[in-house]
Amino acid sequence: MGTPHSGRRIVRFVAPMLAASLLTLTACGGGGSGDTTGGGQSTEKIKLSVGLFGDFGFKPLYEEFKKTHPNIEIEERQAAYADHHTNLAAHLATGAGAADVEAIEVGYISQFTSQPDKFHDLKQYGLDKRQSEYLDWKWQQGLAPGGALVGLGTDVGGLAMCYRTDLFEKAGLPSKREEVSALWPTWEQYIETGKKFAANAPKDAKFFDSPGEIFRAIIAQAPVGVYDAQNNIVVATNPDVKKAWDLSIQMIDAGLSAKIGAFTPEWNTGFAKGSFATVICPAWMTAYIQDQAKNAAGKWDIATVPGGAGNSGGSHLTVPKQSKHPKEAAELIDFLTSAQNQAAVFKAIGNFPSIPSLYDQPDIQSFTKDFFNGAPVGKIYSDAAKNLKPQHLGPREGDVRTAIGNGIGRVEQGKQSPDEAWAQVLKDVEGIK
Amino acid sequence: MATPRGGSVRTVAPSTGGPPAAARTPAPARTASGWRARLHRLDRHASPYAYVAPFFVLFAAFGIFPLIYTAWVSLHDWNLLSSDNPFIGLDNYTALFGDGYFWNAAFNTLSIGVLSAVPQLLLALLLAHLLNRPLRAQTLFRITLLLPNVTSVVAVVVIFSQLFGRDFGLINMVLEWLGVGRINWQAGVATSHVAIAVMIMWRWTGYNALIYLAAMQAVPKEIYEAATLDGASSLRQLWSITLPMIRPTVIFTVIVTTIGSMQIIAEPLLFGAQVSNGAAATGGTDRQFQTLALYLYEKGFRSFEFGYASAAAWVMFLLVVVVVGFNYLVVRRMRGGLDA
Repeated sequence: MGTPHSGRRIVRFVAPMLAASLLTLTACGGGGSGDTTGGGQSTEKIKLSVGLFGDFGFKPLYEEFKKTHPNIEIEERQAAYADHHTNLAAHLATGAGAADVEAIEVGYISQFTSQPDKFHDLKQYGLDKRQSEYLDWKWQQGLAPGGALVGLGTDVGGLAMCYRTDLFEKAGLPSKREEVSALWPTWEQYIETGKKFAANAPKDAKFFDSPGEIFRAIIAQAPVGVYDAQNNIVVATNPDVKKAWDLSIQMIDAGLSAKIGAFTPEWNTGFAKGSFATVICPAWMTAYIQDQAKNAAGKWDIATVPGGAGNSGGSHLTVPKQSKHPKEAAELIDFLTSAQNQAAVFKAIGNFPSIPSLYDQPDIQSFTKDFFNGAPVGKIYSDAAKNLKPQHLGPREGDVRTAIGNGIGRVEQGKQSPDEAWAQVLKDVEGIK
Repeated sequence: MATPRGGSVRTVAPSTGGPPAAARTPAPARTASGWRARLHRLDRHASPYAYVAPFFVLFAAFGIFPLIYTAWVSLHDWNLLSSDNPFIGLDNYTALFGDGYFWNAAFNTLSIGVLSAVPQLLLALLLAHLLNRPLRAQTLFRITLLLPNVTSVVAVVVIFSQLFGRDFGLINMVLEWLGVGRINWQAGVATSHVAIAVMIMWRWTGYNALIYLAAMQAVPKEIYEAATLDGASSLRQLWSITLPMIRPTVIFTVIVTTIGSMQIIAEPLLFGAQVSNGAAATGGTDRQFQTLALYLYEKGFRSFEFGYASAAAWVMFLLVVVVVGFNYLVVRRMRGGLDA
């Protein structure tokens, strides 16, 4: 009688222990799955993950890739811009969770390339053969200080200015893109045009969205931005930064701003409602506008940006060290960034290639977009990209720009005078190591 | 099973085993029963621990370990991306105590905490009191109370941010109609704190009211009847009977609400993201509504300064302990029982 009883007790004693150890086991199993593969035989089933922020227009290309690599499955993960880079940093730090191919935007690229031991050197997989195809500065951005090839470029963000033809007409301004471009060779003339616009514009329409993006554009046009080539922050000493600041303040003072921050819900609706007449428009932005303002087709057009060429945005594709299939991942990157596929992405969603031999090809040059009133986007962004002067971006680029952007925001909200705001910007930037 | 086996051992042992072996095991039966007894004792003493072990194993892995590891990280110049993290002792703490933005965040946290917790708990008490009587459709009322709490925080903040919108917000429309004029809710310190506090109250008042209601239903009805006969008003009953009788519950909600309000992050982050992408993690252009948790997020996950963020996390932890302790002492001084 007593014996089976004690047996049951043993079970009772053991069961929770077993449950606990099972839990630990499964926890370990989760992390360990996937390292069984290796070697890269073409018959082996391989799953590659691709981590992106927003849509890169890659989906149709995966299908193409699978035709030559039938054993490879591709899974795309998308996250919002800031979250994507935060997650990537966390995954690299903990050594688990990163995708096989991770996109990095230029604002972050320097921060990540300064840690080359967290990434596979793509030279090992022969991707340095691609160097001659690329815009040189774009290629350089993907290199680690020691020379390791961390990332291959996807697109560049040559600047242009998108504007609402209907609002320009209502304000009595010319609305043809050549004439509009002629209105504002410089930022000062842009402000003058804005004042003329404000005098006759419909009540609810302002000249531009908010000075934050314009500040970024003016900085992008300078030979040196917030960092010098030696990675020192030069916000306090670079006259071009102060000039961009002063221009932004002038625009606020002239009452031209709709005070709608970029990439906010109100901004998104602003495109459709016509809350602002102009917006800084790197190539990748065209797809964004088209998405947000579906009912405003044909009302937007694209002119040249005041102040000359500059780059804003663009990305690189990298292979984190923790990827178990670096060879296949490198092949995928090689494929996704090929000249042919960069051209296909441009035509599909608007991200502009970083391979200059494409710029003069007739199918790019003659490419137009109906949404933008038939604007020859191929020609506009080719010209913008050809004239680009490279600018060095530092490791804490994003933090520095946020500090300055907040300063402009304080002036716009009337919380501080421009001088107070600038003084606080300098103090904030000083704290960024 | 064991008994026959024990029997067989007993019969076999003398025939095969030599005399020394027999001397060493004089009573095999006693050994078996001794083993069983020991097992029984082990069972009685160890089993309870085994049953609770899974929780403690998980708590150690996901609670204690991160706590200690964070303390370790906070003593280093630890960048999330860099592989070289030199030991720097208490430098992070020294820098933190001299960091005006940290204390700004601490002030914002306390301010938003007080603005949300005090009206929230008072309102919850009142709601519970109103519902603590025979009503029609009682369940309906109770479910309604909990509804804001099951709504996703993202949805709440997005909707409220629209209500508090500068140009097209409903609240500003009403204010303008009343002749007060528009308010840029996100721009000011007080206005942004009020806006965020309202969002928190919206989500948590009903939840606390339900907890109070549950406690109130355990208060004997006779006391109320006696009080009613004595001519005590409903509010007087709430103050003099209900409140003292549900004191442990009040202490519980005060502590839980305090801890919750010290950890507020989603509301200010999303509220900021509605007007400016860059100013989301800094809690407004002038950090006017950056809470401690948001400050920690900015340092750790936007700037990747993990060592510094860890130091901030520990100081924040100690601040929570201090504030909760203070609140506990205050609430405990409240009159308890009916004899006071």
